[in-house]
Amino acid sequence: MFINLKRVIRSGSLNFWRNGSVALASILVLTTTLLVIGSLYLGSAFLTSTLASIRDRVDISVAFKTEAEESAVLALKKDLEQLPEVKTVTYSSREQELADFRKRHEDNALLIQSLEEVGNPFGARLSILAINPAQYDSISRFLSNYNENAGVTGGIIDQISFKKDIIAKLLAIISTSQTIGLAISALLILLSILVTVNTISLTIYIAREEISVMRLVGANNSYIRGPFIVEGVIAGGIASFISIVLLYPSVLWVRNLTAGVYGGIDLVSFYISHFGILFLILLGSGIILGTVSSFLAIGRYLKV
Amino acid sequence: MIYFDKVSKKYFDKSVALDNVSFTIEPGEFVSVVGHSGAGKSTLLKMILAEEKPSAGKVFFESVDIHTLGRRHIPTLRRRIGSVFQDFRLLPHKTAFENIAFTMEAAGRAEDEIESDVPHVLELVGLDDKMWNFPFELSGGERQRVAIARAIVNQPDLLIADEPTGNLDPLSTHEIIEIFKKINDIGTTVILTTHNKGVIDKLGKRVITLEKGKIIRDDKEGRYVI
Repeated sequence: MFINLKRVIRSGSLNFWRNGSVALASILVLTTTLLVIGSLYLGSAFLTSTLASIRDRVDISVAFKTEAEESAVLALKKDLEQLPEVKTVTYSSREQELADFRKRHEDNALLIQSLEEVGNPFGARLSILAINPAQYDSISRFLSNYNENAGVTGGIIDQISFKKDIIAKLLAIISTSQTIGLAISALLILLSILVTVNTISLTIYIAREEISVMRLVGANNSYIRGPFIVEGVIAGGIASFISIVLLYPSVLWVRNLTAGVYGGIDLVSFYISHFGILFLILLGSGIILGTVSSFLAIGRYLKV
Repeated sequence: MIYFDKVSKKYFDKSVALDNVSFTIEPGEFVSVVGHSGAGKSTLLKMILAEEKPSAGKVFFESVDIHTLGRRHIPTLRRRIGSVFQDFRLLPHKTAFENIAFTMEAAGRAEDEIESDVPHVLELVGLDDKMWNFPFELSGGERQRVAIARAIVNQPDLLIADEPTGNLDPLSTHEIIEIFKKINDIGTTVILTTHNKGVIDKLGKRVITLEKGKIIRDDKEGRYVI
């Protein structure tokens, strides 16, 4: 058993080395498939993180009247945090709003100067982030009710700004792009797997005479199959090395291309931090593809 | 040792390769099968190797009906039979040494046996200096000698050779036949098919003559008569 394994591995690696051009064809087509798989993995990571960061920017901003007490605002913040739909509520005090405004307009001397005369015109502000963008409607309804129930004082809320149309549109774009992306990925992966299986079948078709000779001199099927599977494993391994190396420059290129895109992750640092898992995915799919297609393709010629 | 019992083989288009053929081959015999192309010689040998199944009748190797063997047991049968073909059928990506070693490995023989037996059998066919050459680096006669070395290295009980000299020049033919005689002298049964009148006449051994799938002659010390 052990000696057979040793012989199979030795003869598989020898055949691989001696069948240079055939081996090259399998490596090339496997590399292509692995590149497709790798870029789809990176692409989906990029898309997911971009979408997540866009979702985080979509919030409801509540401006309070200048006379609103800080304790009242903080009480509302506490109430909001009790709601199941709310993810976070960020409080920004009057002073902070003023400081932010000054910072935004520090080049505009006139504006700053007039600000000095008026005093602080800003009320405090709460930014509310929902767990799911679809829930903004109910949060906004909660806030309007809150203001109306305040009675004679007219409530402490000055204005609720909430870009409902934009949010709805974004949501639609997010869900369609995810569906389309999934369909395209599935199609691409399926196509490249078919091409790979076909190419490996062809390389084994070339060896069909040899296989029948091996049968006729009394080799049993597993002993004939073994070296071809070893060749598949080697081709898959080499292809995964090549593709992980090739992915690096493409990642660099994509980063430079999308440097201005709002909210996306840095693909290069993603590649580096996920190097291990990415390499394992490529190595695993490369070896599985090489092995399974060799195994299936050779079965046809073992019937002599 | 080999017993054909009323064996017929018809192909799909109803062409008849073998028609009700019966004969026996004793251990240690040297039998030549002659006949025109398409007379059924190759079909006969293929049946012994379980490469083809008869449409009717049975083929026995010793007391075993070859065609009742399961697919898993066919390799075991083939390891007891050495085979040589007109087109040599060497493994192109293996050296002469590795081609011969492959049959020993397939039979599960130990490394040290392979190390000692392969050079020995190559010496027997006069190719010990071409041990590390690939088939494409060898002449036709040399390739056939490697194929013979491969066929005999597992010390088979039976050697079958389908037109082994069909692609060779007269000198190589002579050498190959001498090797077969030597193999037969040490007790191995040999079955040979050929077109070559000179080979048959020189051998002076049993000759079975086939015509259109039927045995028309079976002579103890036959000559090539068609």
